[in-house]
Amino acid sequence: MAKPAANAADRARSVPALSDKRINIRTRRWESPIAGYLFLSPWLLGFLLLTLGPICMSFYYSLTDYSLLAAPNWVGWDNYHRIFMSDDTFPKTLKITFVFVLLTVPLRLIFALLIAMMLNRNVKGISFYRTMVYFPSLIGTSIAVSILWKNIFGRNGFINDVLGFFGIAGKSWIADPHYSLYTLILMMVWQFGSSMIIFLAGLKQISRDLYEASSVDGASKIRQFFTITLPLLSPIILFNMVQTTINSFQMFTQAFVVTNGGPVHSTYVYVMYLYETAFTKYQMGYASALAWVLLVLIGLVTALLFWSSRYWVFYESQGGKR
Amino acid sequence: MAVKRLVPHAGLSIVSLIMMYPVFWWLGASLKSNADMSSAALFSKTLHWSNFTEGWHAVPNYSFTHFYINTFELILGVLFTSVVSCSLVAFAFARLDFPLRNIWFGVMLVTLMLPTQVTIVPQYVLFNKLHWVNTYLPFYIPHLLAGGIGGPFFIYLMVQFIRSIPKELDESAKIDGCSWWGIYWRIMLPLIKPALVTVGIYCFLWNWDDFFGQLLYVNSVDKYTINLALKLFIDSQGSVPWGQLLAMSLVSIVPAVVIFFLAQRHFVEGIAAGALKG
Repeated sequence: MAKPAANAADRARSVPALSDKRINIRTRRWESPIAGYLFLSPWLLGFLLLTLGPICMSFYYSLTDYSLLAAPNWVGWDNYHRIFMSDDTFPKTLKITFVFVLLTVPLRLIFALLIAMMLNRNVKGISFYRTMVYFPSLIGTSIAVSILWKNIFGRNGFINDVLGFFGIAGKSWIADPHYSLYTLILMMVWQFGSSMIIFLAGLKQISRDLYEASSVDGASKIRQFFTITLPLLSPIILFNMVQTTINSFQMFTQAFVVTNGGPVHSTYVYVMYLYETAFTKYQMGYASALAWVLLVLIGLVTALLFWSSRYWVFYESQGGKR
Repeated sequence: MAVKRLVPHAGLSIVSLIMMYPVFWWLGASLKSNADMSSAALFSKTLHWSNFTEGWHAVPNYSFTHFYINTFELILGVLFTSVVSCSLVAFAFARLDFPLRNIWFGVMLVTLMLPTQVTIVPQYVLFNKLHWVNTYLPFYIPHLLAGGIGGPFFIYLMVQFIRSIPKELDESAKIDGCSWWGIYWRIMLPLIKPALVTVGIYCFLWNWDDFFGQLLYVNSVDKYTINLALKLFIDSQGSVPWGQLLAMSLVSIVPAVVIFFLAQRHFVEGIAAGALKG
């Protein structure tokens, strides 16, 4: 209850500080401009040469026909026109990617949060459990895990052993176009470790007093979850959501190794299409256009998430205003 | 009361078991002969240790020792360049005062979110023109320029760490006539050792896991890393000896697992700090 008052006091105090700063800016003299740029130079060079330059070049290439062997040949917006109008693969791969993202992100976040809550306890050996749960994420996107997955869901994998125990006939899940994408989703969900650790750190910051006070008032555990845990954790949920979404859009190694995009293109995710366009067909111009479409797409989805956060993310520092 | 205390343990044990089951299966399968592969038992009666010895030499003309050395050559170079350059840049952002500093910092944070696919084609074209393809330079140079895998994240992590160090330390050194380089080298570096270790661990693990970059830039078997060797192993034979393949992929994660267990604390704190302080 004391929060809004404290905030007002904070704001009152910060007003003179702010105007001090304004005066400073006008008469500003830099303390270490040369040393500053010298220390900054590795990153600045890298940014200009390996990020900004390539971004601009990528846009230029996307307006050309370029095969690495001959100089880029200007074609204007043709590549984009082709992507949206006459490319049969593009809508397919886009749909697969969206299904993948829409299922992976919520499932992964739900599991990460549930298990973070289980781990947010003071019981003996908790760090042992945390290690066990985190372990699959450690080996992350390495090719070794993809090889493992290929076996687990193959004809002789343990999934079929388990199903056989219940009398269900097994099959190669990876080779079945109806199920192959789901095996990849399951793999991403299995590796929820980094989201979980971020949730765990967030949960540790929620004051115990809140739970104690509300249980004195007779609130049930479920009610506490919805009225205390979720709102106070919502900024972290947003962070994890944005990060997992961006990563899921860029999934590549798993699809490349476990299923190689197949069967019948059922796991042909966007980045795999981009990779093959660029590095097996050497259509660098078209691949660059695909990359720009992906960039805009990820940008739009991220913007949508941030926009929606106004309605569900709760910031304590704003005195509880949503 | 005793029963109530056991409830969380029961739940956590079940979760841990489910999470780890694929890994146990992996251990078991890596010791099975091809014929035993279809048996449902986790471990077969006779353990097939030869999967490891035969798998080690399964790629013609090269042993996994060779691929191991290659991988370490790549990763240690990346590790060293990345830690040095990121600490320099982090020092600039956290302590030095120069025009446009906050704008550059903002730009750096934006690059954290940038999907790598946008820069991959022009970078490939550039490195190809420089004849760097099929060397490790496409890995070393970006990391030397505080980029590469995780670069901006490492800078950010170190900036946060340096900001938590009292400014009085470097200010008193400045009054004593210490140069900025002296402050960085003699005062800051010793103090930020924990952050350097954290960054080093991430750099190691992420580069160990990376496949896309290695797939693009390394194309002769002689220079192959473990990841590429495993991929070659899958592709090369008609009927893949799965036991050997699983054994070798198990071998490939050993360094990552060792690092993880040695440095667990740093690791967990690093992830959390990156999210919460932002």
